[in-house]
Amino acid sequence: MTAPTTAPILTAPPAISALGLRKSYGDKVVLDGIDLTIPEGSIFALLGPNGAGKTTTVQILSTLIAADGGQAQVAGRDLTREADGVRAAIGVTGQFAAVDNLLTAEENLLLMADLQHVPRAEGRRRAAELLRRFELTEAARKPVVTFSGGMRRKLDLAMTLVGDPRIIFLDEPTTGLDPRSRRTMWEIIRDLVVADGVTIFLTTQYLDEADQLADRIAVLDRGRLVAEGTADELKRLIPGGHIRLQFADLTELDAAARHFGAAARDPEELTLRIPSDGSIPTLRAVLDVLDDAAVRAESLTVHTPDLDDVFLTLTGHGTPDTTTEMAR
Amino acid sequence: MSSLAYAVSDSMTMLRRNLKHAQRYPAMSLSVVIMPVMMLLLFNYAFGGALGAGISGGPTGGGSYIDYVAPGIILMTATAGAVSTAVGVCVDMTEGIVNRFRTLSISRAAFLTGHVLGSVIQTLIAIALVIGVALAIGFRPDASAVEWLAAIGLLTLLALALTWLSAGIGLVSRTPESASNTPMPLTFLPFLGSAIVPTDSMPAGLRWFAEYQPFTPAIETLRGLLMGTGIGNSGYIAVAWCVGLTLVGYFWSRSAFGRTSKR
Repeated sequence: MTAPTTAPILTAPPAISALGLRKSYGDKVVLDGIDLTIPEGSIFALLGPNGAGKTTTVQILSTLIAADGGQAQVAGRDLTREADGVRAAIGVTGQFAAVDNLLTAEENLLLMADLQHVPRAEGRRRAAELLRRFELTEAARKPVVTFSGGMRRKLDLAMTLVGDPRIIFLDEPTTGLDPRSRRTMWEIIRDLVVADGVTIFLTTQYLDEADQLADRIAVLDRGRLVAEGTADELKRLIPGGHIRLQFADLTELDAAARHFGAAARDPEELTLRIPSDGSIPTLRAVLDVLDDAAVRAESLTVHTPDLDDVFLTLTGHGTPDTTTEMAR
Repeated sequence: MSSLAYAVSDSMTMLRRNLKHAQRYPAMSLSVVIMPVMMLLLFNYAFGGALGAGISGGPTGGGSYIDYVAPGIILMTATAGAVSTAVGVCVDMTEGIVNRFRTLSISRAAFLTGHVLGSVIQTLIAIALVIGVALAIGFRPDASAVEWLAAIGLLTLLALALTWLSAGIGLVSRTPESASNTPMPLTFLPFLGSAIVPTDSMPAGLRWFAEYQPFTPAIETLRGLLMGTGIGNSGYIAVAWCVGLTLVGYFWSRSAFGRTSKR
């Protein structure tokens, strides 16, 4: 459950940057000033419950709708003035599979190749490669209407990849998928960054998904970003974490317990729980105390609160749909 | 490639997609042919005796009724094609695929142009089939090769006008059902013109409407080309209507497509 901790490349220009994006429909404010900076080659997750404004953000950044205010650059191009340039650099996989049901999987891919002006032979090669990569080769000649949800989602993503986009928007890529298809999709997404070096902007309402995939996570609530950082940074924002020490026997446990005033001692499990924010200085302090006292611990684990706790604390309301989705 | 060349190649890609749909799911295309063929049979065999007797000595010059009604029904085939365009465009709009097209760096009109050209081609095929049936049951046009060409040109122009209008209807319709119902008045207009009976047999108010609505000059021109009846200035009026409606339909559709999608 640890997020990849790729350090953002600060020197490269950001793949996506936005300043003060706003959007309202009538009286309803959907986005209330969103600022984003997403480095190239990273996975960014926009996390939020239904109706937070995730899809609207994707629609604005992918040129589908215009923002009411603010400005944004995608792939170094201005969203409003150079929309066609933005479109040439991005790929979008929306919340609802955007596939042509009446065509076969292969025809769908070739359609995309033609529309992106990929030469015919190269288009066929890419289509065949994508079908193989997403394990759709056997179903290639079948009409998409017969596909399962997971297959459609894979085809949808394959169609997005035909044009070799540098920036990929994934709007809730695993919503509605069964656990196995979900894991497959996660692997595919991770592979994209590793193999092709693309930048991924994904939205999700699943806390574990953001935790699993994203280098950086922004929490969106009612049109505002309420927090941003790595999964670990977000978890450290709120109290409730602790360091758990495991001892070989009761003597060691008691020896250690004398040096940690606030710790909770569990003689059955032979463990000691020390409240902590999980940061390195506190961790070092704990180890120093153990060293000075010449007490030997069998193992040490750091427990940080999971994103579910983070979400609840930051927004003041839970995510009723997804609390059961958390692995822990 | 220039942007115009891209626009053409994108439109051709979209056209291939629509023809593939039609080929794979021919039910919609078949309904375009079946309706006019049924009417042809109905008006020739069931009503033909009475209607033909009623208008003998009129524009047909005493010929058989099939020669009067066939051009009208051939023209109505174009209106049937319009309904299928509206439904096709609307179905596409309610699915995610259109949003995918919108995020591609392709000509904005390509999606609609592909639909419209696909429909016009299907409509022309349907018209050819209806003409074939008409000939088989006794329709005897006296048109020369040039007149046939002019007739096909007129029908193509009319199909183009109706199809662009229907594309617009398909874009603004919320469901495929309403997209299929909205063009209904369009399919009825030829009845209120000179398709089935001459307009001078109608009561005054209706006759006024019949003479000034776009289908009457188109029908009169087609009948003139195929049967040699007088065309007068109907030809110019028909072409003007078609060009005007094509432009209205085109710009309306483009602006409707530019607005936010339904999702």
